[in-house]
Amino acid sequence: DDKLLTEPLRHPDFFSVKELFTLKDLFDARVHLGHKKGCRHRFMEPYIFGCRLDQDIIDLDQTMQHLQLALNFTAHVAYRGGIILFVSRKRQFCHLVESTARACGEYAHTRYWQGGLFTNARVQFGPGVRLPDLLVFLSTLNNVFEPHVAIRDAAKMNIPTVGVVDTNCNPCLITYPIPGNDDSPAAVELYCKLFRMTIIRAKDKRRQSEAIEELR
Amino acid sequence: TLRLICTTTAVQRKSVGASGPEKYTEAFIKKQIEEFNLGKRHLANMMGEDPETFTQEDIDRAIAYLFPSGLFDKQARPMMKHPTEVFPEQRKIQWGEDGRPFHFLFYTGKQSYYALMHETYEKFLNVQKHQDQLVPEDVPLQKEKRNLAGSRWLTKIELEEMLLEKLSDNDYSRFIQLLQKLVALPCADIEENYIQKFSKEVPVQLQKVVIEPLQYDEQGVAFSTGEGKRKTARATAVVYDNGTGKITVNGTDILHYFPVLQDREQLLFPFQFLGRIGKHDMVCTVSGGGRSAQAGAIRLASAKALRSFVTEKEVEFMRQAGLLTVDPRVKERKKPGQEGPRRKFTWKKR
Repeated sequence: DDKLLTEPLRHPDFFSVKELFTLKDLFDARVHLGHKKGCRHRFMEPYIFGCRLDQDIIDLDQTMQHLQLALNFTAHVAYRGGIILFVSRKRQFCHLVESTARACGEYAHTRYWQGGLFTNARVQFGPGVRLPDLLVFLSTLNNVFEPHVAIRDAAKMNIPTVGVVDTNCNPCLITYPIPGNDDSPAAVELYCKLFRMTIIRAKDKRRQSEAIEELR
Repeated sequence: TLRLICTTTAVQRKSVGASGPEKYTEAFIKKQIEEFNLGKRHLANMMGEDPETFTQEDIDRAIAYLFPSGLFDKQARPMMKHPTEVFPEQRKIQWGEDGRPFHFLFYTGKQSYYALMHETYEKFLNVQKHQDQLVPEDVPLQKEKRNLAGSRWLTKIELEEMLLEKLSDNDYSRFIQLLQKLVALPCADIEENYIQKFSKEVPVQLQKVVIEPLQYDEQGVAFSTGEGKRKTARATAVVYDNGTGKITVNGTDILHYFPVLQDREQLLFPFQFLGRIGKHDMVCTVSGGGRSAQAGAIRLASAKALRSFVTEKEVEFMRQAGLLTVDPRVKERKKPGQEGPRRKFTWKKR
């Protein structure tokens, strides 16, 4: 049992996450497109490649690195049987995100966030609740273009976060930010596909390793 | 400020907020069901009956016999019911042994409601996709209008019962709007099964009162009876066909019984409305009430009797004219602290 948990941690890319996407895939899905210059957030300046005709372009090399780290982390969390909660407050992609979560066997929250969900969980749900072990944000802003409350709550409850940050978002409190477009349908579908594939891969590997251990 | 150092453990415990209702595990409920079945068999043995065919009514009777209680509230008396009735469904714990919740929308708080919205939206997308496939073939959009008048959507309370969750008015209206959008699409017939789960038939009776057929007496003259009331007066009227417009009340002519013109006008009003003043004879009996009340009662009785002589359209006209409705006004009671039903005692400044 101990070997099952320590074995993946020895390799830098145990789940071969790098094969899932290429730079061209990201470009075709229009992940590099950001918002206009006026919407730029100060802390996103390191991740921006440049500005063309007032529209910010995100540096896809940095996005590749961040995406690889984030997917690797989600795979490890899924391998160890952690609860993953997908959060997005974009009305267009609410259905897509919920279906992705259902397909992975994980959880989603694309609706109005009630105040004490994490901080008051014991009262709202019951005494023995288990909170999510990872939060995945497909869009860090809520409908009023302010940072989603879940980022701050996850930081309060020591829950790691993975999030797609656009040029108008604040990447401060997110553990594994992924600078990229969060408004185009193509980009969001690509993210959903990548997360779904990593989680399913990680769970399959876990079942295989358990089966091998049992056979011995 | 003084700080208490030597205190009891009770005081040192931090004040915990009130937790929600108690939750029950699956294993706990299973154990309760086993105990219930065992107890049922013991009870059957005690009463000397067959344990196999011991129904819930027998259990109730046995408990009432063995534990007689004089308490008024039936819910407070000792009862033995199946655990699924005792422990409400929503109070079960929603996660497994490893802590993972069963439902994928558990962390939203209102899982059943949002699951319903998700499913309905999925049906909506399905219908749109189907429509998009049909468009290039130029199929004329089949639009059979659903019987909107005969059906209604579920009320908020019924939806709450279905989902076992509390809803807010906003949530409910959002759901109904989504359903209406779904129904408005041309190809919504595909998801007819799903939509019917949320619509109910409204009995289109619209107070269809049965109109009695005409009866014939010995000479072959058609007649019909009607009953009416007003305040405390009760009247029965028998209206005969092929008459001369003679009206008899309690054995006397109306001119002698009702000296006042207003009462006679009330009696004649139904006939005047239908234009049949000289065509019918009437014999009525009336008791109770005063002069106006008796007139009103006979008017209602004669209108009800005339329904059998007249077409349905004219019956509808009579109903709209107010001839067929019972007048609900009665004398209002006097309240304590006041001189009459509404009049207060004279207010004196000092």
